[in-house]
Amino acid sequence: MNDSVPLWFDDEAGPLVRLYAMTGGRAGASGRFDLMTVVRAVPLPGHGPPLPPEQRELHLLCARPRTVADLASDAGLPLGVVRVLLDDLLTSGLIGVGPQVQPAGLPDPHLLRRVIDGLRAL
Amino acid sequence: MDSARSDALPDSAPDDSAADNPAGFTVDFTAGYAALKILVAGGFGVGKTTLIGAVSEIRPLSTEEVLTEASRPVDHLDDAGAKTTTTVALDFGRITLGDDLALYLFGAPGQDRFWFLWDELAHGAQGAVVLADTRRLQDCFPAVDYFERRHLPFVVAVNCFDGARAHTTAAITAALDLDPGTPVVLCDARDRTSGKEVLIALVEHAGRPR
Repeated sequence: MNDSVPLWFDDEAGPLVRLYAMTGGRAGASGRFDLMTVVRAVPLPGHGPPLPPEQRELHLLCARPRTVADLASDAGLPLGVVRVLLDDLLTSGLIGVGPQVQPAGLPDPHLLRRVIDGLRAL
Repeated sequence: MDSARSDALPDSAPDDSAADNPAGFTVDFTAGYAALKILVAGGFGVGKTTLIGAVSEIRPLSTEEVLTEASRPVDHLDDAGAKTTTTVALDFGRITLGDDLALYLFGAPGQDRFWFLWDELAHGAQGAVVLADTRRLQDCFPAVDYFERRHLPFVVAVNCFDGARAHTTAAITAALDLDPGTPVVLCDARDRTSGKEVLIALVEHAGRPR
């Protein structure tokens, strides 16, 4: 692209593809995905229709276990949009999700010890 | 890391995912990955973003939220057809502590009209840091009250601007009317080591029997 031609769009203009287009107009997700829900991709079966771009990006981003918050941040999409897209991926069997996040359960003492030791070692 | 841990997944993907998977991929979605969440709360401008940035790699995270009735007067949304969602930017940081363990920090928005976000941010959190400025101690009252009501373990971290340590932790405990046992630590939110000490104090507190 010729650098002397100014782009007619920039970050200030917002995303080129409107968020409602990415989600097919849906605004509400199932509520299955907490900020800290861990998601991991299931390998694509190698047949079937290609995924829409945003779903494909999310699928790539969670090749290793990632939290919903990680995915939204890495994809640069709002949490609400990511939740709708993850619902679709889950329905298609293309991701697996970890256990439901429990409301402030009793912390595992071994885990807390690892966190303290890990912080000290940083 | 990749050993099968299907027992850790009581609520896994639909069964047909396995049938569609010619490679015979083992159900091993999260491999025991543990993600712990800590909230950083306090009044507007007290240094929450600074603290998260000092101890972790801070990253952008936005959420689109439906405005609640309480926030409508603030945003002048009188028309039924007007915009009813708003984009809220959250401070978000991750501290990776191993292949299977990470600590996530979320800054709780300080303005009153974002209170509706707190419940989601607090859900499943291990604890909270309430950042306080002794010149405006009253700014952290709502956060202290919120976490006490929900019995979420928290520490009060007093951000000592310019190294000023004019107050003792005992005086701050009294001024905030804290429950006995709630730690008060002095810190410099800009300093990584100091921020780590705050987090360690919180995790130690969260692990104590209540």
